[in-house]
Amino acid sequence: MELFINLVLFFMLVATAIAILRMRHLFAVVMLSGVFSLLSALLFVALDAVDVAFTEAAVGAGISTVLLLGTMALTARNEKMPREFSIVPLLVVMATGAVLIYGTLDMPSFGSPTSPAQTHLAEKFLTQSPSEVGIPNVVSAILASYRGYDTLGETVVVFTACIGVLMLIGSFARRRRKNDGGAE
Amino acid sequence: MRHHLLLRVITKLLVGPILIFALYVQFHGEYSPGGGFQAGAIFAVAFILFGIVFGLDKVQEVFPPWLVHKLSAVGVLLYAGTGVYSLMLNSTYLNYSSFSPSNPISGQHWGIILVELGVGITVASVMVAIYYAFAARPPVINDEEW
Repeated sequence: MELFINLVLFFMLVATAIAILRMRHLFAVVMLSGVFSLLSALLFVALDAVDVAFTEAAVGAGISTVLLLGTMALTARNEKMPREFSIVPLLVVMATGAVLIYGTLDMPSFGSPTSPAQTHLAEKFLTQSPSEVGIPNVVSAILASYRGYDTLGETVVVFTACIGVLMLIGSFARRRRKNDGGAE
Repeated sequence: MRHHLLLRVITKLLVGPILIFALYVQFHGEYSPGGGFQAGAIFAVAFILFGIVFGLDKVQEVFPPWLVHKLSAVGVLLYAGTGVYSLMLNSTYLNYSSFSPSNPISGQHWGIILVELGVGITVASVMVAIYYAFAARPPVINDEEW
């Protein structure tokens, strides 16, 4: 049953991706990318990663759809037709895809209990976190305590992204332009 | 979107529960799936939903841009400050066990709560700040174009 659900979800993901590729109307593309995010959120639920799932639903389907709509309102509503057909991008994509598929041949099979991720650190975290950190959610224990530096770095990255966007299109950028005396 | 009665009513009904769910994900994250990043994203979604339906001015009355910009830095400082505090207690950076040497588990709990709160504050305010930056730029979409 789980295999069936996964197959259906993956099939719908691919169908959505192909529909996004073929559409020229950007409003529909933005909506379909929201659908794509919702489908991935469902896949994460099927993989028992509920926290990732509702982040994907909130960020992927919610916030980024709104931001893409905002961008669309500021720019164009329709995708421009490519001027001429070029074979080079197609070849680059095919070659990269082939290399990636070749790379997966070496990977342990999906959910394999003997994969390196399961045999080294995961066991240590699962057995030691109750006595060392003492909270039932091991994911939180790893993210906030064992991997505190990484999470600090991620938070700084999010903050830096905010500074970047505000510098480019936020109120700071506009204020500076007014000080330069230029009309907006 | 003044004439979209259904949207306005549903939004008013939804914003409260979304905020409460965000707080639940934030502070219950040690026991159930969740944590600072997820909570921050959900918290921001409530404000963005409100902003889309009722307009940028209304949501900026509740959550003014200057506060959003300051809070995005406050979260990072809270996280980094937690590490500095453990340094001041003669321990390594971000070692929460040093907060209560007699009971390291309790120290870990305090550290995780503070750090996750920092992540949540930063993520929520960054999302809202980016939304404000996009929404404050002029061309408004006419209702006919939707």
